[in-house]
Amino acid sequence: MTDKQIIAARIALELNDGDLVNLGIGIPTLVANYVPADKTVTFQAENGIIGLGGLVEDETEIVNAGGMGASILEGGSFIDSATSFAFIRGGHIDVTVLGALEVDQEGSLASWIIPGKKVPGMGGAMDLVTGAKKVIIATKHTNRGIPKILKKCRLPLTAAHQVNLIVTEMAVMEVSKAGLELLEVHPNYSIEDVIKATEAELIINKVLPMKGLSDEN
Amino acid sequence: MRSFINAEKFIALLEDGMSIMVGGFLTNGTPEGLIDLVIESNVKDLTIICNDGGYPDKGVGRLVVNNQVKKVIVSHIGTNPMIGTLMSEQKLEVELVPQGTLAERIRAYGAGLGGILTQTGLDTLVQEGKQIIEVNGKKYLLEEALGADIALIGGAIADNYGNLKYNKTMRNFNPLMATACKVVVCEPRKIVDKINSENVITPHPFVDYILVGEYND
Repeated sequence: MTDKQIIAARIALELNDGDLVNLGIGIPTLVANYVPADKTVTFQAENGIIGLGGLVEDETEIVNAGGMGASILEGGSFIDSATSFAFIRGGHIDVTVLGALEVDQEGSLASWIIPGKKVPGMGGAMDLVTGAKKVIIATKHTNRGIPKILKKCRLPLTAAHQVNLIVTEMAVMEVSKAGLELLEVHPNYSIEDVIKATEAELIINKVLPMKGLSDEN
Repeated sequence: MRSFINAEKFIALLEDGMSIMVGGFLTNGTPEGLIDLVIESNVKDLTIICNDGGYPDKGVGRLVVNNQVKKVIVSHIGTNPMIGTLMSEQKLEVELVPQGTLAERIRAYGAGLGGILTQTGLDTLVQEGKQIIEVNGKKYLLEEALGADIALIGGAIADNYGNLKYNKTMRNFNPLMATACKVVVCEPRKIVDKINSENVITPHPFVDYILVGEYND
């Protein structure tokens, strides 16, 4: 499995039967490929789909939130942007999975601007991080060796204190009031490797091998 | 009340310095024929309100490339590098608004409300210069309602009364913008005799003009 597949497969285990889920662009999108067959999960796309299906080449009338041709599943609906964000901000989304430029041990996320360099804008990310019941960050553990999981984000925030779980190719970490707890480590790495690649202080109690690594699905 | 107009009459509605709302999400549901006519008119110093900056060759991005825009109010500019460049050269003013906040600000204006209270953007750059209001022990940002001079509505199927419904994901911001502008112009993809009353999304009193001609099927 590639790093991205490892992250996506592990996050899929966090989804529960019946959940309404919004996946961000990039690694988060891959999570849909690993939803176990015995669970029914409904995907939302913030441009206005409840019941988002797979990608469809050359489709121009139905697009996903990345503007790519997509499909809608039976039972799904098309909605306007206010209704879409009523789902997101009103607490009706069970889980959102998003990428990160930086994420910190207090659960704050930076993902929309590198001042002076790159300003893509926040799109729906601020609403999703603030409004979803559970926020999972899918990210590479470092940016070419430079830690992305920090004591405190240095880039402008997307939202403060909203992240619940961070999943990387190396580890699974949970944010709680006590701090950032290391829950699982990929068998290719040691706990020491993870500590070295992380700027945040990690709480280490019982650390398990990372789940979801079989090549099934 | 709606009336059917041609290209010439639409161009006569346009003026330098206008604020224009344009429907669509990454150009899905954007009225490209109306954009063509705004380019043809060559009106200047426009304020454009749209979900995103479109692409250099598609959607509102074309107005930016054609140097007709003074300011954009959008949630995302990542797909149009020209906007980032002009912004850093201080030739274009860019107001980035979280997508759900943008939708609700427009909806609020159309509903005669002064603004909305939201937690999205708290403790981020979005908070700067805004009032924080506490309600039942929770903090919210006051985001002011947002209206404009003219709305350009796309992705619609119109009937002979001027009622609109929308094609698949092309709905997005279109029905919200149709409530929030002094003049509302729709470029429908198709004009049918009558839309079933249960299926009308934008009732005809919201619609002032419907563009007819080569732009419809």
